[in-house]
Amino acid sequence: MGDVAGSARACLDRTLRTERGRIMAALIARVGDFDLAEEALQEAATSALAHWGRSGLPDRPDAWLIRVAFRKAIDRLRGAARDGAKADALALLAQSEAVPPEAIADERLRLIFTCCHPALDEKSRVALTLRTVCGLPTRAIAATFLDSEPRMGQRLSRAKAKIAGAGIPFRVPEPEDWPGRLGSVLHVVYLIYTAGYDSPAAADCDLCAEALFLARMLDALRPEEAEVEGALALLLLTEARRHARTDDEGMSLSLDRQDAARWDWAMIGEGLGILTAAVARPGDGPYRIKAGLAACRLRPFGPDWRAILSLYDRLLAIEPTPVVRLNRVVALAETGALSEALLELSALAGALDDYQPFHATKADLLRRAGRIEAARAAYVRAITLSARPQDAAFLRKRLSELPDDTACGG
Amino acid sequence: MQYMALIYTDPQRKPVPGTPAFDEAMKRYFAFTAMLKEKGAFIAGDPLKEVETATSIRVKDGRVETMDGPFAETKEHLGGYYLFDAPDIDTAIRYGAMIPAAGHGTIEIRPVMSIG
Repeated sequence: MGDVAGSARACLDRTLRTERGRIMAALIARVGDFDLAEEALQEAATSALAHWGRSGLPDRPDAWLIRVAFRKAIDRLRGAARDGAKADALALLAQSEAVPPEAIADERLRLIFTCCHPALDEKSRVALTLRTVCGLPTRAIAATFLDSEPRMGQRLSRAKAKIAGAGIPFRVPEPEDWPGRLGSVLHVVYLIYTAGYDSPAAADCDLCAEALFLARMLDALRPEEAEVEGALALLLLTEARRHARTDDEGMSLSLDRQDAARWDWAMIGEGLGILTAAVARPGDGPYRIKAGLAACRLRPFGPDWRAILSLYDRLLAIEPTPVVRLNRVVALAETGALSEALLELSALAGALDDYQPFHATKADLLRRAGRIEAARAAYVRAITLSARPQDAAFLRKRLSELPDDTACGG
Repeated sequence: MQYMALIYTDPQRKPVPGTPAFDEAMKRYFAFTAMLKEKGAFIAGDPLKEVETATSIRVKDGRVETMDGPFAETKEHLGGYYLFDAPDIDTAIRYGAMIPAAGHGTIEIRPVMSIG
């Protein structure tokens, strides 16, 4: 008896962990309301424990949960309909209950576009995507934002209230809105990845894995979309090197000092394959270019700086930001044009004065130009601005390696 | 759903009457209003007189207090509005972006609460 109840609990946990996004998407598509879908799924989960414990596990636990949650939602709407307004929603819902659960389409594309709607605050887009599409608990999301659970719960509630109240539609955007809206979705996926990349390995949940899951999901639901492929390739090519980016003491390693044997070459191969397909498609886009940049750095005989420089020129045409300019300066210096690079760097001083990589780059270029004293000052400034201890450790090591002699500096 | 588009502009940056930029903006306002009417989406829409003509009112302990101008010391002021029908926020945002003042001011889109 205890065993049956235990296996019901295990099956429910497993189903909700792997299928929560798909179930929620199917429910919201029909109910049209995040909160109602969530409450109905909660009730269905409770009744699953009772039923599955008594009569055994269903063939398709996900379909069972969707079917029962539909009924729970109808019950709730019936209650509300007595008070007045929800009769239309109810009629619609009663219709869709006739659809066999096996035929229920995967609605997660609509779900992620709704969660990443630009009318929502950026942090809310990230949180809502992690909660609803990835199925992460609110507690884990709060932890990644260094927020308290109640505050994160409030943020999620506000976002859901805005979706319902402001008329944010549950649908894939029209072709005229598509590029911008896709950009918003991919940006959320990228933010989730970088949040995972910057957090310690022992964090509560692996946000890098969640971001890869989302990118793969988008690619599966909308195949042959070049920017989705570009984003997926970018994440794969970055993830493949994630565990090789620090040494045993946890210090950051630049690419040329990383042990390539620790890179995940199967993942690199997959990323390069997807990137090849993406760049063969017409048009240009930031994720394709960024994945191209990641690929150029992985060339077996060292990074191809001329190719990197021309990719940055293309990226600059799409994203003319100081940070992209800074990265272009690095590439320019690597092609040998050191004094030209220093000149362009000084033009960025105003915009990037509080940006750690600006001062780290400046320090490195000045050191290579033999201007040791100026390099020393830039290293000190970069160390002060370092958020991660491993970056500060890396820079301190570089600083200590500077020659003492100041005769040639200036 | 009905949406209210509140048009906030900085008087310093508004096109000045008598200039080609002003005539161009007016033409676009008329075209936008005509488009809404043709779609059957138009409910209302008007420019407001300058913020110097505004009076703010509060009632305290049954007494009416009036103040010259709006309370907030902001650069952008409410300068006009549209009220239109739209099926969802995507359409409302598309309409809002067509209001000429979106190019130099801010358009705030708010769904209208239906009562009763």
